[in-house]
Amino acid sequence: MKQTSAAQAVPEKKSEGNSRMGSVKRFIYSRKINRNWVLYLMLIPVIAYFAVFCYSPMYGIMLAFKDYKVRRGIMGSPWATPLFRYFEQFFGSPYFSRVLTNTVTLSLSSLAFGFPLPILLALAINEVRSVKYKKFVQNVTYAPHFLSVLVLVGMIKSFTNSDYGVVNLVIRHFGGQGANWLQMDSMFRPLYIGSGVWQNMGWDAIIYIAALAGIDPTLHEAAMIDGANRVQRLWHINIPGILPTMVILLILNAGNIMNVGFEKVFLMQNDLNMATSDVISTYAYRIGIESAQYSLSTAISLFNSVVNCVMLLLVNTISRKVSETSLW
Amino acid sequence: MFKNLTKRMSKGDVIFEIVVCFFLGVIAISILYPLIYVVSASFSDAMSVTSGKMILWPVDLTLENYKEVFKNQNIILGFRNSFIILFAGTAVNMVMTVLAAYPLSRRDLWGKGVILKLITFTMFFGGGLIPTYLLISKYLGLMNNWLALILPGAISVYNMIIMRTYFMNSIPYELQEAAEIDGCTPMGTLLRVMLPLSGPVLAVIALYYGVGHWNSYFNALLYINNEKLAPLQLYLRKVLTLNNAQSLMTMGSDEMARQAMRAETIKYSVIVVSSIPMLIIYPFVQRFFVKGVMIGAVKG
Repeated sequence: MKQTSAAQAVPEKKSEGNSRMGSVKRFIYSRKINRNWVLYLMLIPVIAYFAVFCYSPMYGIMLAFKDYKVRRGIMGSPWATPLFRYFEQFFGSPYFSRVLTNTVTLSLSSLAFGFPLPILLALAINEVRSVKYKKFVQNVTYAPHFLSVLVLVGMIKSFTNSDYGVVNLVIRHFGGQGANWLQMDSMFRPLYIGSGVWQNMGWDAIIYIAALAGIDPTLHEAAMIDGANRVQRLWHINIPGILPTMVILLILNAGNIMNVGFEKVFLMQNDLNMATSDVISTYAYRIGIESAQYSLSTAISLFNSVVNCVMLLLVNTISRKVSETSLW
Repeated sequence: MFKNLTKRMSKGDVIFEIVVCFFLGVIAISILYPLIYVVSASFSDAMSVTSGKMILWPVDLTLENYKEVFKNQNIILGFRNSFIILFAGTAVNMVMTVLAAYPLSRRDLWGKGVILKLITFTMFFGGGLIPTYLLISKYLGLMNNWLALILPGAISVYNMIIMRTYFMNSIPYELQEAAEIDGCTPMGTLLRVMLPLSGPVLAVIALYYGVGHWNSYFNALLYINNEKLAPLQLYLRKVLTLNNAQSLMTMGSDEMARQAMRAETIKYSVIVVSSIPMLIIYPFVQRFFVKGVMIGAVKG
């Protein structure tokens, strides 16, 4: 540290001695911009990437407030009258309540299963003392995470095929009636949530397993000397130990409350399960890409991301007040 | 001391352990069963699968399904395209991620706070579907160009933060200072000191990106409509979810029902074939993946 501060001081002295050196140069020297110019050079493509692919689409959000004309481009298109026309159109449309309800229901019920189950799994894995069995369970539960959404949905489709799917073969074997589950309104949510848990439970547990491994073993020793049994140690040491991790992940999930996994819903969707499977993002896709109503679709997406940001800020603030854990 | 104590377990603790192991066994079986079923079905005769004779292991072992799959030119083409996109895309990802993570990991970089804030902001807010679509298809003119699949996701902010955290926490800063006193430029420090010391994290992140490229389909759906350029996942979509498996069949003399049964079984083979690259590397890289989550967890 001393080395660097000395190096920093030398050019500054020089600059004071030389009257022709302007304040700009002094600024550059004192912040080591001259020595680190290569680092700034490295950042140029990075900044260009974020400017073009992340920030310029944000500029395109203007579309939501304009009557987009393909020929005149985003800038040249006239402002919508009234300005919030497309938002009003979305809020007034008969689809609004359907897609909003479906989105919130789907993501809340995914959270209700997808959040506690990995914690339970991690706590259970942590209690096993046979290393081989532990490794086996971990390897098996991580594996489905790497299957693509397409393969997952393909599997759901094949398994629930009304004629040949294994699920329906079993049902018929026990005398029931086979049915194509993906074409039923009532089965969409259970299939979506169940397959999500199946695919990601193991992977999501890793972070808790890591947190559990970080718990001070002397706490357990002390508890054992005091005569605590394993259930008591689980309850009074392990769970409080991973509580901060749980809170952070809950905040992050809350920020995604309106972001259901678009890619999976999109693939599972068909005309017959629309009543439960139509969510905001698939609606925006249909309006935007399929019927080319760009302004309306942009307004729908913007509504979605604003609600997400508000949720994230809200939950983060609550969490900071209540548990003193927060993202920033 | 610790060991002695755990040896003396009470009856309640033993029961507890048995319950836990049973619970984990049930979970492991319910996760494993669908995977085994798919693999077994892909090796079984269509009739046994669709009539329910095949329960766990293959019945009437046959390679017929795989022969049908590989007769199809589109699948071979899709494989080739996906591999090219995978390697080119991951290379771009790695270069860009290092270029972002290294400067931003340096304590002496003036202005890194602002840049970091601007970058993390994009994790929580974005332009949305249509502005991005218009940008890529209209303003950049990347329709039917693989660059449309490679450039938009060139840096994942999450992976960049993992790498930056590793540079900052796992490699002593004094090492960089020493290198510079010995006359290394910042570029030299990166290439001769930082990267050689970051093997594991580079491997993890390359794997994350690679898996992402292999599994992604949505960008291809938006920007690629020339069948010759389509990656494997786009083709899978046709076969697996649009019920076009019949398009795979080359023989037309069978009766309709039998065809439909065969089509169902061929789907299982397609699933296996498309997941082969993952199946091959999974056992070797599994612990690296886990390590990546741990590094990322140090500072979320």
